[in-house]
Amino acid sequence: MERTIMTINMGPQHPATHGVLRLILDLEGETIVKATPVIGYLHRGVEKIAESRTYSQALVFTDRLDYTNGLSNNLAYCLAVEKLLGIEVPKRAQYLRVILAELQRIAAHLLWLATHALDVGAMTVLFYAFREREKVLDIIEYITGARLTPSFVRVGGIARDADKTFVEKVRDFVSEFPRRVDEYETLLTENVIWKKRTIGVGRLSAEEAISYGVTGPVLRASGVYYDVRKAYPYSSYEEFDFIVPLGKNGDVYDRYIVRVQELRQSNRIILQAIEGLPSGPYKAKAPSVVPPDKEQVQSDIASLIRHFKLVAEGFRPEKGEVYASVEAPKGELGFYIVSDGSERPYRFRIRTPSFSNLSALPKMVEGQMVADVIATIGSIDIVLGEIDR
Amino acid sequence: MTETRKNSILEALKGRLVSAYEFREELTLIVKKEDVRGVLRTLKETFSYDMLTDLCGVDLREPPRFAVVYHLHSMKYGDRIRVKVRVEDGDEVETVSDMWGCADWLEREAYDMFGIRFKGHPDLRRILLTDDFVGYPLRKDFPTEGYDFDRPFEVRLEEEMA
Amino acid sequence: MGVEELERNIIVTSLERLVNWGRKYSIWPLTFGLACCALEFMVAGSASVDMARFGSEVARPSPRQADLMIVAGTLTKKMAPMVKRIYEQMAEPKWVIAFGACACTGGIFRTYNVVQGVDQIIPVDVYVPGCPPRPESFIAALIKIQEKIEKETVRERKLISIP
Repeated sequence: MERTIMTINMGPQHPATHGVLRLILDLEGETIVKATPVIGYLHRGVEKIAESRTYSQALVFTDRLDYTNGLSNNLAYCLAVEKLLGIEVPKRAQYLRVILAELQRIAAHLLWLATHALDVGAMTVLFYAFREREKVLDIIEYITGARLTPSFVRVGGIARDADKTFVEKVRDFVSEFPRRVDEYETLLTENVIWKKRTIGVGRLSAEEAISYGVTGPVLRASGVYYDVRKAYPYSSYEEFDFIVPLGKNGDVYDRYIVRVQELRQSNRIILQAIEGLPSGPYKAKAPSVVPPDKEQVQSDIASLIRHFKLVAEGFRPEKGEVYASVEAPKGELGFYIVSDGSERPYRFRIRTPSFSNLSALPKMVEGQMVADVIATIGSIDIVLGEIDR
Repeated sequence: MTETRKNSILEALKGRLVSAYEFREELTLIVKKEDVRGVLRTLKETFSYDMLTDLCGVDLREPPRFAVVYHLHSMKYGDRIRVKVRVEDGDEVETVSDMWGCADWLEREAYDMFGIRFKGHPDLRRILLTDDFVGYPLRKDFPTEGYDFDRPFEVRLEEEMA
Repeated sequence: MGVEELERNIIVTSLERLVNWGRKYSIWPLTFGLACCALEFMVAGSASVDMARFGSEVARPSPRQADLMIVAGTLTKKMAPMVKRIYEQMAEPKWVIAFGACACTGGIFRTYNVVQGVDQIIPVDVYVPGCPPRPESFIAALIKIQEKIEKETVRERKLISIP
C-alpha cells in the first residue's frame, strides 16, 4: 500500500493560532511528518522606525511588541538606556517597577491559561481567568492610566508616584489571589482528560532547548535552571525571596505546572515588595536626562525651559553599545542598543523570546498528531507582535 | 565575569582577535571573518558558552559595511560575551546553524533585513517580508516609509501555497 | 421577486422593519484579531462586558457563517490578500468595523510594510479610534451598526464597489 504525503495549511486566520501565524503541515495520515511555520504577517518595522525617533519617543513602540505585558517591555528598554547612560534609579522606583512587572506577569499568565485551556477544550477556565485579569488591569489602570499599553516605566524611574489607594488595592488583590489559583488547579491539574491530552505531548529535551535558544517557562519545564531574575539580577530582585519552579519531562503538562507555580511565586514577590516599599523619590536625579515634575514646570521658568529642551531634542548618551534583558513572562526579552552619540538610537535590536521559542516548534511536533499541534502551540505561549516586530 | 576567566579567554584566542574591549562591564571581541567559526567553537566547547542568545546585523556605513553581532551566554558560569565580525557588502559569512539550532531563523532574518549572505545555510530566503519584496529595509539608505508610500495600496489575490 | 419596482407602501415598509429587526439583533462577528486590539475584543466577548446580550451570541471563525468582520489590529502588506479573500468569502449582507487606530489609518506605524488603514482594500462601516479602544467602545460601535441596519431598505441594498 502506497503512502502519500498530504500538505495542509493552518492559515493566518485561525482561532487557535494566537495571532497571525501560518503553519504548513505535511501529514501522513494523521501523523505529522514536517511542520513549517511561516511568519511575518505582523511585521510592522519597529526596529526601523525607532531609528528615526528619540530615545523617549521610541519607548512607545516597546509596548506594542508583546502586548500582553506592556510594562515588562518598557522595563527592558529603560534598563538598556539607563545602562548606556550610566544612571542609577532610586529604591522606591525599583520596588514599584518590580510590583508592576509581577502584576503584568500574573495578567499575562492568566491570559495564557484562558486561551490555552480554551484551545484544548476547557471553556470555563476562560471566564474564571478573565475575571481575575480584569482586577489586575483595574489596578494597572489606576496608577498608569491605560489598560493595555501603559508606557509608564520611563528612563530614570517611573512616570508618576503611587499613593495610599494603590497600596491598599494591591494588598487586597494579593490576599485573595492564592485562593483563586487553587480554583484553577482544582479544575485542571488532576483532571483525567487534561492529563491525557497534555502528558507526553510536545516534548523538548534539555539539550535541544538550549540549542534552540529557548528561554522562559518552556526551558524551565525541560529541567534547565535559567531565570534572568536570578542569573543577572536587575531592579532589586536580589532582595526578594522566591523560588524558580522546574519541570522534568518538558511536555505540555510540565509547562502548565511551571506557569501555575509562577503565579503563586509572583504573588509572593508582590507581597514582599508592597510590605517593604521604601519612601523617597520616584525619579533619578539626572537633570540632563529626566524631565522635572509637572508642578515645577508650571511654576518655574527654568524647569519649563529644561522640559521643553528635553522633549523637543532629547538627551544624548555617549557612543557605545549595551545589551540588557529582563525575565518577561514568555522568556528572556533583551534590547541591544548601539548609540553613535546623537539623540536617536543608531541600532535598536530587540531579542524576543517568542522568536526562538517558535523555531523549536518543528522539533516538538514531529511524529505527533494534528490535535497535539494545537496544544503545543498554546503551551509555548507565543505572541506574534513579538515575533514579527 | 571574573578576571581570571576573562584573561584565560583572551589568552586562548590571542592570535585570532582583531581587538577586544570592555564597555559598561560587557566584554566584546572583534574577530576576522575567516576565524568566526573557530572562535565560536572554542567559546562553545572550551569555555561552555552553550546558548546563542542573539544574532543580528548592524549597518555601519563605512567599509567594511556590515557587522554581524553574536551574543553568547554560559549556563554554567552565568556570564555573557559578545563577538563582532565585519563583512563587506556582497560578501559572505560562514553559517553557525549546525552549532546552534536557533541560528537558522536568526540568519534568515539578518539576510532579510540587510542582505548579508551566510555560506552553507540550508535554506536562505526571506522570513519576515514577502518573497517579492525589493530592497533590504534596515540598511541606512532605505527610507522608513518604503519606496511607494505616496501611491494607494493595491492588493493582488494570488493562489499560492508553501 | 420584483420588490425593486414596488413603491414605498405599508407592505414593503413593514417587511423592511421585520427584516431589519431580525438582522440587527443577531449579528455574528467573525474572529479576526490581528494584533493588540484583539485582546480588547476578547474582553468584550467575555463576562464583564458581554456582547452576547446584544445578539452577538457566538463569534464564528469561518467567514461563511458570519455577518460582521471586525478588523482589530495592524494590517500589513503581507496579510492584505488574506483579508481581501476572507471578505469576499462572506455572504451578503455583511458589515465591517475598523477597530483601533491601526485599522483606521495605520496608527503609529508609518513604515514600509503597513497598510495605512484597512479601508484601502475593503469598505468600512464604522471606525473606532483608540490605541487600544476600551471594550465599551466596541459595544458603542456595535450599537451604531445596529442603528445603521435599522435604516436599510430591502429595495436597494447599499452599493458596494470593491476596488
